[in-house]
Amino acid sequence: MELALPQMNFLTIMPETVLSVVAMALLLVNVLVKSKEKAYLGYLSLAGLVGALFTIPWGQKISGFEEMVLQDNFSSFFSVIFILCAVMTILICDGYFKKEGCNHGELYPLILFATVGMMFMAKATDLMTVFLGLEILSVALYVLAGFNRDNVKSNEAGLKYFLLGAFSTGFLLYGMALIYGATGTTKIAKIALAAQNGAVSGNMMFLVGMLLMATGFSFKIAAAPFHMWTPDVYEGAPTPITAFMSAGPKAAGFAAFLRVFIIALPSLTVQWSDLLWILAVLTMTTGNIIALSQDNIKRMLAYSSIAHAGYALVGFTAHNASGVSGILFYLLSYTFMNIGAFAIITIIGKKGEANNNVQDYAGLGVKRPVLALCLAIFLFSLAGIPPTAGFIGKFYLFAGAVQQGYIWLAIIGVLNSAASVYYYLRVMVYMYMKTPEEDFNWVKLTPAVALCIIIAVAGVLIPGIIPNSVLNLAAISLP
Amino acid sequence: MLSLHHYLILSGILFSIGALGVLIRRNAIVIFMCIELMLNAVNLTFIAFSRYLGNIDGQIFVFFVMTVAAAEAAVGLALMIAFYKNRGSIDVEDINLMKL
Repeated sequence: MELALPQMNFLTIMPETVLSVVAMALLLVNVLVKSKEKAYLGYLSLAGLVGALFTIPWGQKISGFEEMVLQDNFSSFFSVIFILCAVMTILICDGYFKKEGCNHGELYPLILFATVGMMFMAKATDLMTVFLGLEILSVALYVLAGFNRDNVKSNEAGLKYFLLGAFSTGFLLYGMALIYGATGTTKIAKIALAAQNGAVSGNMMFLVGMLLMATGFSFKIAAAPFHMWTPDVYEGAPTPITAFMSAGPKAAGFAAFLRVFIIALPSLTVQWSDLLWILAVLTMTTGNIIALSQDNIKRMLAYSSIAHAGYALVGFTAHNASGVSGILFYLLSYTFMNIGAFAIITIIGKKGEANNNVQDYAGLGVKRPVLALCLAIFLFSLAGIPPTAGFIGKFYLFAGAVQQGYIWLAIIGVLNSAASVYYYLRVMVYMYMKTPEEDFNWVKLTPAVALCIIIAVAGVLIPGIIPNSVLNLAAISLP
Repeated sequence: MLSLHHYLILSGILFSIGALGVLIRRNAIVIFMCIELMLNAVNLTFIAFSRYLGNIDGQIFVFFVMTVAAAEAAVGLALMIAFYKNRGSIDVEDINLMKL
């Protein structure tokens, strides 16, 4: 019997292979080396991530594994976001987990596995790969959210994230099953082909499948009304992990969401853009309004991250060149500004996740002017004030919506963005205009954290002042 | 003779029971069982379509779903044990330290 081997094309999954091998090796190293000091695992994983960064090919479109994955600029752009996200998270991890007394070596391999999952989601051109990438990511994240295992809040965050994450996966899968039934294939290019040939016109199953998939993805990107898990999980999870979760997995969710809906379901564009219009408005408004009344800064940034998913959904609703490249640019800059802000929150927090309220930041501007200035830059960028990357990103998202005729959506977005300035400025008022009650002498700025903050400041300011190179890169990275 | 519709209706009912169970049950382990029920309803849908369409993709998908469900069970039960050690309960009413 002749056995035809399918063409593998391992080049398409080179970065993932590198990271997986490094992560598995680190698990072994962690067991074999009996040392209380785990920072070396962090440096080794940083080396792995930088290595993976250099194996990302640009400017080619290679399909591999029987159309399971597609290596194109879109996936490369997202891979860079994920790797940056992992690098910056790892830089702030060591200090934090030593302070909390749960300095376990498994942390770094888990972050690497989560990164691999995210990269697969951005590459997926088959619903199976989408699902597998999502689960590689999610299973690692459930553990990471509950990593602080002696802290009840962290347990609670892990458990909640697990229950709701698995629940939403059920919806996503059911949607995939119905779309498979309607079109007879799980490859997203062939789904589009089947829909184009009229095989599924007027097929309720196809429409319901789309709705269920949209529900599943909305859970993952924390869009209202499927955002209920976000504040609790972000508040309870260890701060560096919150930073990671709010930037990377959200971007990965958007990557898969964009690729599946734009490539596989163009025949339902009218229906899903209406749906996303509603989701975008709900998400922005809910996130911003509830964030106004939050005292815990992690919880406030959780609601702000819901609102930011809403801004990105504005670009998705438009799904034209400006809107989608706006999403890419925005997700990249959001990674910098959010992880930067969380890096500062991490070092200002005391043991046991204490000192995380807005009031605790009173007088930071007097006692630690440099840190306060950096936090102010990140908050300005989150609020979308020039000359930061956050402003440019929002500008392109809303410009995309206007070009496509969604004037009202853009207006609601801008109003929301204006409302959000209140809660970002509130932190700054506490930092600069209140008298200091403490001297912040426990705040240790280690070289690793300083490097993370420098990367973040550069990533927020440089594209904010000279956005062209990043914007051009985003423009050639459309799905 | 059982047709595709019978399988689809059965899996739809199973999925709904699972989803409803997640929403109304209070014990975390029972909720997790309901999630497993949802996943198995999806598996049934995949198998039914796979058989009906004469296409093997659906069955391969089911293998992945089962593998992932096993991995999720391991992680989920570990998280429940960690929570139980600290709180002495796995009732979702007790997962309430953080509120709006």
